[in-house]
Amino acid sequence: MALNRMFRTCPMTGLRVHQPAEALIKVNAVAAVVSLLVGGVLALLVTLTRWKAPGMLPPEWYYLVLTGHGLDMLVFWIIFFEIAILYFASSILLGCRLAAPGMAWTGFGLMVIGAIMNNVAVFRGGSSVMFTSYVPMQASPEFYLGLILFAVGALIACFVFFGTLVVGQQERTYNGSVPLVTFGAVTAAIIAVFTIASGAIILIPTFLWSIGLIDHIDSLMYRAVWWAFGHSSQQINVAAHVSVWYAVAAIVFGAKPMSEKVSRLAFLLYIMFITIASAHHLLVDPGLTSNWKIVNTSYAIYLAVLASMVHGLTVPGAIEVSQRQKGFTRGLFEWLRKAPWGNPVFSGMFMSLLGFGFLGGISGVIMGTEQLNLIIHNTIYVPGHFHATVVLGTTLAFMAVTYFVIPAIFRRELSFPKLAQWQPYLFGLGMTMLSLFMMGAGTLGVPRRHWDITFAGNTLGFEFPGVAHLMMALMGLGGLLAVIGGAIYLLVVVHSVFLGKKITTPDFKLVRVAEGMAAVPARPAGAALQAHGGVHAWAAPGTFTLAMVFLTTFVLYYFINWKYLSTVWPLK
Amino acid sequence: MSAIQPPESRVWWKQPVEPLEITWIVIAFVWGLVMFAMMPYWHVFGKQNLANEAYRSTPEAFSAKTQAMIDKHTVREETHKVQDVELKIPVVRPPAGADVYLIARLWQWWPMLELEAGQTYKLHLMSMDWLHGFSLQPENINIQVHPGYEHILQVQPTRAGTYSIICNEYCGINHHTMASRLYVVEKK
Repeated sequence: MALNRMFRTCPMTGLRVHQPAEALIKVNAVAAVVSLLVGGVLALLVTLTRWKAPGMLPPEWYYLVLTGHGLDMLVFWIIFFEIAILYFASSILLGCRLAAPGMAWTGFGLMVIGAIMNNVAVFRGGSSVMFTSYVPMQASPEFYLGLILFAVGALIACFVFFGTLVVGQQERTYNGSVPLVTFGAVTAAIIAVFTIASGAIILIPTFLWSIGLIDHIDSLMYRAVWWAFGHSSQQINVAAHVSVWYAVAAIVFGAKPMSEKVSRLAFLLYIMFITIASAHHLLVDPGLTSNWKIVNTSYAIYLAVLASMVHGLTVPGAIEVSQRQKGFTRGLFEWLRKAPWGNPVFSGMFMSLLGFGFLGGISGVIMGTEQLNLIIHNTIYVPGHFHATVVLGTTLAFMAVTYFVIPAIFRRELSFPKLAQWQPYLFGLGMTMLSLFMMGAGTLGVPRRHWDITFAGNTLGFEFPGVAHLMMALMGLGGLLAVIGGAIYLLVVVHSVFLGKKITTPDFKLVRVAEGMAAVPARPAGAALQAHGGVHAWAAPGTFTLAMVFLTTFVLYYFINWKYLSTVWPLK
Repeated sequence: MSAIQPPESRVWWKQPVEPLEITWIVIAFVWGLVMFAMMPYWHVFGKQNLANEAYRSTPEAFSAKTQAMIDKHTVREETHKVQDVELKIPVVRPPAGADVYLIARLWQWWPMLELEAGQTYKLHLMSMDWLHGFSLQPENINIQVHPGYEHILQVQPTRAGTYSIICNEYCGINHHTMASRLYVVEKK
């Protein structure tokens, strides 16, 4: 079979785009957006049910819809999009052909079949087991089989990605080491392999159990191994969206990493320590010792948290350095004030960074502290936390980068540019409200995954304070705003992709790259003189100030929670 | 060279680090150590810790122990209505310091407990079927309850009053109806 070596040069970025890679990026992005659409409709229904005033769905529908919402968003939307990112970060950033496009299509096919099978199982009823599908509660075999097929497809995509790195290196399509964004994507893919392996270890036996070939699965073992899959897959997201932050800083500002060494070592810390986060979910479970819990939950002295704190500094730091070089040097924050806030690629990415750090990051560390988990476990604080990390952090970053992908890869102009400008703000605000009020209600003990916290018709019910119900209503309002923001995203994206104005470039042509060799761009003269981003000794004072604000918030909120814990019943 | 291009030098790990970055790394690392130290510190000096005491058990064995406690220490019976079903629940008042058993099952906590403020009890928790979540309100103490694992906690109620135990681990279609009470009375 002849290799397809047709490339085009992107007139916007100068990147060389391999035809099959481009097609695969498109289909994966489309599948992601379809999943987001389904998950988004379900999100609206969940919001309107937990907010008691509309109280829309009956309980059996609520639990069904919540299961579907979790899977479509957390698994299908995010992972399809991540596969698109992997192909972009390898084939396109390295300017090399995608390894084994046939395998990549097979993987994509398996993922689509798996996603559909799982959704059908959920919507047929009888598989309302939530995203976590804890045993001994049982779903239909198709539920597990769908997830397994999807995971196999994703695993194939990871290996196509690794293969592409080898192709790029062997065919010498780039100079020296891979770009930082590709490096981040490698991190994500390595974590993905570990994650999918954990998923296989637990989901394959669970599938066999659901068809009656295995008669017992231990509930604690399930939770321990399942979360090595469930939590690590969120770490794929972190590695992926941090890579997107760096990419956006590079695309919008031409920003260089402050120092390659620091950013890359921080990614390495993710690989080494983030995988032990399964413990975060087991802090109030029986049968595990405190020593095990403490070492694991802290990622061995918070080294993965350290990595995120480093990225949280170096991404805005790189932007600040680049802005200051362009002359925005007045005061601490002129670089930030004069940033292109009307460009959704930037505004979405920057809100993702702030939301992930301030809301998601801090709350995650608090919940993951062994004793503090006692006052948080399984309350609605938990979804409050992960809507800040996965939605404000990952989803918003992915939305932001879509506004770059549409002109660059789909070769269409953005439809409704004004709406697109407002979209990240609306979505970001709604999701911030949703997260904050969920955390507030969780602090008052409101449970997650619960149809009726008023306990109507139940003389044993607990009466939550009025403020808890108020917070749930405000959460509902935030959820509505976010759904509207999400709908605008879908409208802009779908309209642009199918009906948007085609971008044509007069001298556009496909270039057949000579067998084995693409032209390597010349290294700019004097590059070695500027080996790293910052040229000044203390190059990003504004960013450092923001970091200190972050740290102060973190420390205060951390100890407030200990204070709160100290007031509850003594336990030993 | 930006983050989407290869770094200038292939050997990126020999590039210099910004002073700003190294300062932040040191601060963040020290903060990580502080947070790490807080957990063992609380085991020694704090009062809210889990005991690490748990045993494998069976629904039969756990029910038998619970029933023995109910037979011995029931002080009254309460009638409640849950989704139009009348339910008679024994209220058990074990002596201070005793072993206290609480069954979690679809969709009930069994039996109802009455404890004395300021006394310490050994609370045994186990599920008979699926996963459940012990959530004591308004204290907001939350513990995972597994089938097959008997989890033992020493609890010391501080203030008298009527508390609620709700289930906060999704356990099927009537999950939201699974609630009970826990009475704390003044020491006599």
